[in-house]
Amino acid sequence: MAKFRKKGGKEVPAISTGSMPDIIFMLIFFFMVTTSMRETTLKVKMRLPEATEVQKLEKKSLVSFIYIGPPTNAKLYGTESRIQLNDQYARIDDIIPFIEQERLDRAEADRPLLTTSLKIHEEVRMGLVTDVKQELRKCGAFRINYSVRKGE
Amino acid sequence: MARKKKKVPEINASSMADISFLLLIFFLVTTTMDTDSGITRRLPPPVENPDMDVKVKERNILNVMINKYDKLMVNGKPCDISELKDKTKVFITPNPNDEKSPEIEMKDIEFIGSFMTNKGVVSLKNDRGTSYQMYIAVQNELAKAFNELREEVAWRYFQQHYADMTDKDKIDAVNKAVPVRVSEAEPEEIK
Repeated sequence: MAKFRKKGGKEVPAISTGSMPDIIFMLIFFFMVTTSMRETTLKVKMRLPEATEVQKLEKKSLVSFIYIGPPTNAKLYGTESRIQLNDQYARIDDIIPFIEQERLDRAEADRPLLTTSLKIHEEVRMGLVTDVKQELRKCGAFRINYSVRKGE
Repeated sequence: MARKKKKVPEINASSMADISFLLLIFFLVTTTMDTDSGITRRLPPPVENPDMDVKVKERNILNVMINKYDKLMVNGKPCDISELKDKTKVFITPNPNDEKSPEIEMKDIEFIGSFMTNKGVVSLKNDRGTSYQMYIAVQNELAKAFNELREEVAWRYFQQHYADMTDKDKIDAVNKAVPVRVSEAEPEEIK
């Protein structure tokens, strides 16, 4: 028995876990910083319609967004549905320059693959949507995606 | 005067790691970027000559109209949205024995072979006053009809669910066998 006790005495010193929290915190900060969504601040109300037959948008870097909906600040901007491009309200004529700009920002090889995602509030009338679609057709942005909520 | 200093017991920091792990996992889970999903469609190129109408035989068209009160009309008859999927499916399913259903075209498709494809086109018209919600609901029903048919073809020829297929060529084959032909009319006022 004594033999065993002798062996037990030579214990490996425990690894200090004192720095573990710091490492984990570092990871947390890393995730907190990197997953900051690069989304624009919405100036229009956004409640997407529901649909079941959805497809995922494949390459997020190849998507440009057009938001349409009633302004969030109804007192200032009224309740008429507005188009938002990037961070500001836009008119229907601004869509073509916007798409051109989006194209310029991408590598040349990717330009034909550019998809326009239409994020449209469910109460918007189709008139405005049709106008936007006509503009997109004019400038050759044929790939579109109606953004929806996945429902049952 | 050697007073014994009272020792403050050290706080056990070993659970700190667990706490921060918990936080880490929380962030990992919650910051899933909301993956954008939606209904993908291709817009037609702008028409150069608006007066020139492409003539399509009447039996090859399924007219779907939505008015500004979000009411639906299919081939001139009022229709409820719950019936739309079935009607569309009947329309796009190749049916060589029926005079009234769309024409059939034999096509040679890789992996499938000779396949009867349907020449039918769903024509979708909406009013400027139609709500986007209704429009998407209709698009969704149409997509459902096409997807169901694709599923059937995928199952018949490849014994696979359409959604589970990974082989690009096979997916293309099914897509070719059941093309999504939804045409959206040039905007005009409908009563």
